[in-house]
Amino acid sequence: MAGHSTYEPQNAGAKWLERRLPVLSLVHGSFVAFPTPKNLNYWWTFGGIAFFVLVVQLITGIVLVMHYTPNDALAFASVEHIMRDVNYGWLMRYLHSNGASMFFFAVYIHIFRGMYYGSYKEPREIAWILGVLLFFLMVLTAFMGYVLPWGQMSLWGATVITNLFSAVPVVGEAITTWLWGGFAVGNPTLNRFFSLHYLLPFVILGVVMLHIWAFHVAGNNNPVGVDPKSDKDTVPFHPYYTLKDLFAIVVFMILFSWFVFYLPNYLGHADNYIPANPMVTPAHIVPEWFLLPFYAILRAITFDIGPIPSKLGGVIAMGGAIAILFVLPWLDTSKVRSANYRPVYRFFFWLFFFTTIMLGWLGSKPAEQPYIAWIQFFTVLYFAHFLIVLPVLGLIETPRKVPDSINDAVLGKSSDAA
Amino acid sequence: MKNLMFKSARALAVVAGLAVAGPALAAGEGPHVEKQPWSFAGPFGQFDKAQLQRGFQVYQEVCSACHGLSYVAFRNLAEEGGPGFSVDEVKALAAEYSIEDGPDSEGEMFERDGKPFDKFPSPFPNEQAARASNNGAYPPDLSLMAKARAALRGFPWFVLDVATQYQENGPDYLYGLLTGYHEAPEGVEVPEGQYYNPGFISGSTLAMAPPLSDELVEYSDGSPMTVDQYARDVSAFLMWTAEPHLESRKRIGFGVMAFLILFASLLYFTKRKIWRDVDH
Repeated sequence: MAGHSTYEPQNAGAKWLERRLPVLSLVHGSFVAFPTPKNLNYWWTFGGIAFFVLVVQLITGIVLVMHYTPNDALAFASVEHIMRDVNYGWLMRYLHSNGASMFFFAVYIHIFRGMYYGSYKEPREIAWILGVLLFFLMVLTAFMGYVLPWGQMSLWGATVITNLFSAVPVVGEAITTWLWGGFAVGNPTLNRFFSLHYLLPFVILGVVMLHIWAFHVAGNNNPVGVDPKSDKDTVPFHPYYTLKDLFAIVVFMILFSWFVFYLPNYLGHADNYIPANPMVTPAHIVPEWFLLPFYAILRAITFDIGPIPSKLGGVIAMGGAIAILFVLPWLDTSKVRSANYRPVYRFFFWLFFFTTIMLGWLGSKPAEQPYIAWIQFFTVLYFAHFLIVLPVLGLIETPRKVPDSINDAVLGKSSDAA
Repeated sequence: MKNLMFKSARALAVVAGLAVAGPALAAGEGPHVEKQPWSFAGPFGQFDKAQLQRGFQVYQEVCSACHGLSYVAFRNLAEEGGPGFSVDEVKALAAEYSIEDGPDSEGEMFERDGKPFDKFPSPFPNEQAARASNNGAYPPDLSLMAKARAALRGFPWFVLDVATQYQENGPDYLYGLLTGYHEAPEGVEVPEGQYYNPGFISGSTLAMAPPLSDELVEYSDGSPMTVDQYARDVSAFLMWTAEPHLESRKRIGFGVMAFLILFASLLYFTKRKIWRDVDH
């Protein structure tokens, strides 16, 4: 990363530090002088936006922990204490609970952007894999975070999801008991979820650094999908992209504030304002909106497949829906990165996007017909996109002519650059 | 080929959308909840202090016989953004209640007059006692009730709600429930100890007898003494108990929004100036 630095320490202190730990030139090379394609559109700002939300989650989370009590008899009341008696506690909590949604919203756009522009392709496979790992860590963290207020949906969401492990043959029951720290979701479960919910965000922060490192080796992808060929194709990260990203972050904050200040409970569930009660099961147990597509896929398998019972089949399908993202770079056989030059892929990309939206909506519906049939239909589309469309399309699709360079594309020298 | 694909995709989208949304709209999960006008709705919404005071009166004279308000302290009634009782009024009100405290230096629990810092004492010592007095049913605590109930909105309303800032489904539901008691229609079996109410969220009958009737609570400010008005007032009061910082949240939100929009515009022009000489 420091390779791009033209940094010359000016004052004595900086010189002293630079000889011993060249952290200033590292930062300068990565976030000041870093040559960045000059044609990045606003879809590229969502990485920075996601990082901003991560920082918001860390800060508000650390403050909330100062007042929260991880105990099954006290947790719900401690959250109400934060909401009522802690100065601006309501603000911290609504920022944190809505921040989780904002984080996923930004990251989903970031992932779809990577898919549309082929950012996972050679030589950025590791950056992509680390990104999928980040997404997986986010899912775990968000799931455990939703358990902490210890409302009805906390308890029953935790019960449904941890029970999935009982589908594992032979050792399933033992694993579930081990996860719970008892024979049902209870105080030990709450405590370990709290511990991990505090730990994982720092793991995420570390993997984010690796993610940035990995894509800085190859440099950013860009809407044309052609690597920069000369200085004409790039601009230094600062001030060009620092300003553009900052502008995008502030616009995103407007959306964030819309929810925090005016619709703070819109993205949550009313049931979670009822204290957890193991004796009463809510009518509909649903996860937060950002996990709904995977929840739908979990419920798609309603039949036994040979020796695999339907429950285990559902767990495998749900796990597979995330796991398949890890190998995406090797499923896509096309050498052309950007969908701008792949008209047929572009159609399938939007079909895939539509598929995930429909799965999300269906995931919120009760497990009954006709929803189940539609979930199965869209689950097939989801996996077909990776296992059939992407491998085959690269072999049979005729891409449009790709411009020779970013600068050519920007200046319109290519026949029909986007 | 491309054209055909887009057309078929659009057709697929429409068919799938209709097929999935149709039954959801028809099935009508949960009661139909009518939107009510609330003073605290919208970006500039604030509580109507007189209404909160009346709603508190309804809670105190009617609901509190069975329902607790255990997250609310007497002092909250005098705090900013609430019903606006004076500190002295709250002191006098708290003193009407008897609170169990202790143990004292002899190791005995004792009763004393309530103080502003005390929470509202619950009508029953525990769930079992509450069930024993209520035909086996458990009257839930009302502190958070206005946020703990929401009838399903369904497509497309749940999307439009983001733009219209609709967050009053809780009080709308409570109002609908309190005014929803009717004679059971022909053919509907109402079990012993249950009351017919199509506004109830889980079933068409519930164990709570109709709590309100006209002239039940004596208002001193000339407001109509009707079930409709009582239901409105107590629903608004419960929105406040569930969200006591609603007013400052919306007030701060407006300042935040105004600042962010101004800041974003300045950043936009700064960014434009920086990028002026770059083709991109």
